[in-house]
Amino acid sequence: MSDTTSSLTLPDPAPKRERIGGTLYRGNEGMWSWVLHRITGVAIYFFLLVHVLDTSLIRVSPEAYNTVIAAYKNPIMGLGEVGLVAAVVLHALNGLRIILVDTWSWATKHQRLLFWIVVGVAVVLMAYFTPTHLINVFSPIEEGH
Amino acid sequence: MTATIENPNYRYPARSKGRRGPNLEKAGWIFMRASGVVLIVLIFGHLAYNLLWTPGGIHAIDFGFVGGKLAQPFWQWWDVLMLWLAILHGSNGMRTIVNDYVHQPRLRTIALGAIAAAAAILIILGTLITFTFDPCPAGADAALLPEFCASR
Repeated sequence: MSDTTSSLTLPDPAPKRERIGGTLYRGNEGMWSWVLHRITGVAIYFFLLVHVLDTSLIRVSPEAYNTVIAAYKNPIMGLGEVGLVAAVVLHALNGLRIILVDTWSWATKHQRLLFWIVVGVAVVLMAYFTPTHLINVFSPIEEGH
Repeated sequence: MTATIENPNYRYPARSKGRRGPNLEKAGWIFMRASGVVLIVLIFGHLAYNLLWTPGGIHAIDFGFVGGKLAQPFWQWWDVLMLWLAILHGSNGMRTIVNDYVHQPRLRTIALGAIAAAAAILIILGTLITFTFDPCPAGADAALLPEFCASR
């Protein structure tokens, strides 16, 4: 009988760490930016389906289009639009981050820093968009256009 | 004696062995990045023009506003390019998510079919409407139409 011991029979080595982390993508900014990219992407996709259909009503009649687009003008939808634009901004900026991480070794090493730059630029862009949009949303609607 | 080992210790080659034809997954990977960059320009422009730079923003959007925009070839092409790229980019992203999470072959086929059908319908619908649309339809209430319709 051989004395050779297969490595397959050895017990599994103890995991070095219990917590998920320390790899390029798991458990830190790399993973959470990926989760955020998926969630914002799916949300934008479903809005896009509805938005193409509501815009299609311009081919039906002016009244039909105006009736449906009025739904976008109530304050609850107005707040939802801030969320939608925030999703678009985060998805757009994180998409640029992904391109950099894929193509530029400096960005691959500093992908965590780049995520916080994405968040910072998104905050600045939303600070520009949100006041203007909410003033429009909460202003009284004028007659006609 | 020498032995040749093919793809040593590499279970997931970039391409399946013996596959022919164009590498569609690579094309899709490039498309997501290229379309993404173009979509940033198109969608940020769309949002800035419609919601920020037009006085009244969301309240100013009605048939007169959209009709006035889509009467111009510039905005027709802007919107059609945005439609095609956004639907294809979004549908390919949804395909990736379905491939990641839907393991049942039948359900996966149904989900991918629904995504493809929705994409085809919306691209055809949106393109036809953009180029066949009449900003001054006969018999419509003149108050709802773009201002230039009065002089026609």
